[in-house]
Amino acid sequence: MIAVWAQVCYVVAAVCFILALKGLSSPKTARRGNLVGAFGALLAVVVTFIAYDIDNLGWILLAVAFGAVGGAMGARRVAMTAMPQLVALFNGVGGGAAALVALLELSEPARAGITRPAGFGDDGWFAYSPLAESGGHTESEILRMVDLLSTGTLTATAFTVLIGAVSFSGSTVTFLKLQELMTGRPITFPGGPIVFGAVLVAAVGLGLWAVATGSVTLAIILALVGLLAGVLLVLPVGGADVPIVISLLNAFTGLAVAAGGYVLENALLLVAGTLVGASGTILTRAMAHAMGRSVSSILFGAFKGGSTAGGGEASDRPVRSAGPDDVAIMLAYARKVIVVPGYGLAVAQAQHTIRELVDLLEKRGVEVGYAIHPVAGRMPGHMNVLLAEANIPYEQLLEMDTANGQLRTADVALVVGANDVVNPAARTSPGSPIYGMPILDADHAGAIVFLKRSMRPGFAGIENELLFDPKTTLLFGDAKASLTALVSALKSL
Amino acid sequence: MTEGVALLTVFVLAVFVGFEVVSKVSSTLHTPLMSGANAIHGVILVGAVIVAGTADEAGVLVVALIAVVLATLNLVGGFVVTDRMLEMFGARRPEAAAKDGAE
Repeated sequence: MIAVWAQVCYVVAAVCFILALKGLSSPKTARRGNLVGAFGALLAVVVTFIAYDIDNLGWILLAVAFGAVGGAMGARRVAMTAMPQLVALFNGVGGGAAALVALLELSEPARAGITRPAGFGDDGWFAYSPLAESGGHTESEILRMVDLLSTGTLTATAFTVLIGAVSFSGSTVTFLKLQELMTGRPITFPGGPIVFGAVLVAAVGLGLWAVATGSVTLAIILALVGLLAGVLLVLPVGGADVPIVISLLNAFTGLAVAAGGYVLENALLLVAGTLVGASGTILTRAMAHAMGRSVSSILFGAFKGGSTAGGGEASDRPVRSAGPDDVAIMLAYARKVIVVPGYGLAVAQAQHTIRELVDLLEKRGVEVGYAIHPVAGRMPGHMNVLLAEANIPYEQLLEMDTANGQLRTADVALVVGANDVVNPAARTSPGSPIYGMPILDADHAGAIVFLKRSMRPGFAGIENELLFDPKTTLLFGDAKASLTALVSALKSL
Repeated sequence: MTEGVALLTVFVLAVFVGFEVVSKVSSTLHTPLMSGANAIHGVILVGAVIVAGTADEAGVLVVALIAVVLATLNLVGGFVVTDRMLEMFGARRPEAAAKDGAE
């Protein structure tokens, strides 16, 4: 057992984590909250180096330096649009680390030649625990190793290994999807759910077997099955649901870390992991709710069947398109324009150009606001971050309810690189996979202008009826190029 | 086994704290909150360091060091990327804005 002062420091660190989550829940305190969390983590790590008897110090510090530089550089350099996949990646490596830690802990008694008799009962075993075969280990070390092989600790070990592996591979797949290294669409194959079910049953069976025997080999096989389960879990999830799965896997990693804390008898890991597991679960539900979905529908059978049929293909129905000059005139002589920004805006890095356009319009006396859908961008709240980066005043960002009120009286809704979040099918066609998702009622505005690259459907892969509405005008092209053209057209009016 | 029960108690209480602490969060902050929570579980670094610190074979040490690197990536990267997101919500930085605008 480690020194009391160190345990007290762990309590302080745990309080820091609680305050961090609390702070992160409110815009005013969010940044401070994050710093408090970072301080807690730093304290915990420093205390660990001092309080535990740490060998291989040079190597460990080297590894820490390597990870710290890599993590900080990745986090600093990544484009804000690529943030969601980076978070997925960080989450995955955390899960992987937890699984490795648990495996190594389990291997310790085996390497010392201590095994446990097969079965689930511990009674009678502790009595004859093989103190005699000490092999250079102290009595307390041996007692610790015997404890590692108790049923309770082995259960926690198996849990950490399995869930950590699921989180690692699942997050890796979400990373690949969001980075567009593989298709972002749901991947299903015949019998997929049966295969997944079989893998889950195998995982539970293997887990029980590993607990009953304390076998390292079985635990490694369990990790491999976990990796497979993670891949199968995420493959059928596609489109706008991917971020919700990141949040779910985040909660998973938290639980894996918590169980790892039980294995290591480290209360800090237990508390930190549990906090993340619990808050992550709530957050996942809140995110799913913002999209009008349930978590189970996302994981099992969302976007299934014919819903994405024809997804990714351009429709050849007639639409009305216009040049930048016509659109500029529409905007300049409107009284109120509501901008609906979407991921296309961010991809084109057009946040600054849209701001220029809005400034020009405001100079002409046009009232302008930004309607922010909760899941605009690739993650809830992502769009707020992207627009804030372009120094767009906070007051101009309208949350959905306010925005929908404003859209009713707006002359023009300018939809830039968004699609699914203004698709009226969410309100009107119960058969649509996005039915029930709250949307921005761009169709209530006097006129709608879409800046789009092509007629291809949005992230969810569903055709948008609004594009064919008589009130709608389309301006084709890359968002940034179109906005630049609009700006120069406005200037010359 | 009282040690185990004590840890179980801590676990149950932490579940309730975790539920409670994020119960009222605006959707604007979902992404930073997720990212911040993600950073917090990087504290598994503590576990990785403990395991690496007791490794007495080269093979074990190598695996433990991999765990240390992965956990540090999670911990440091997580807090830095969260801070970067939240920076955008905070005070405006005119010089940075000018630089961005010039691109």
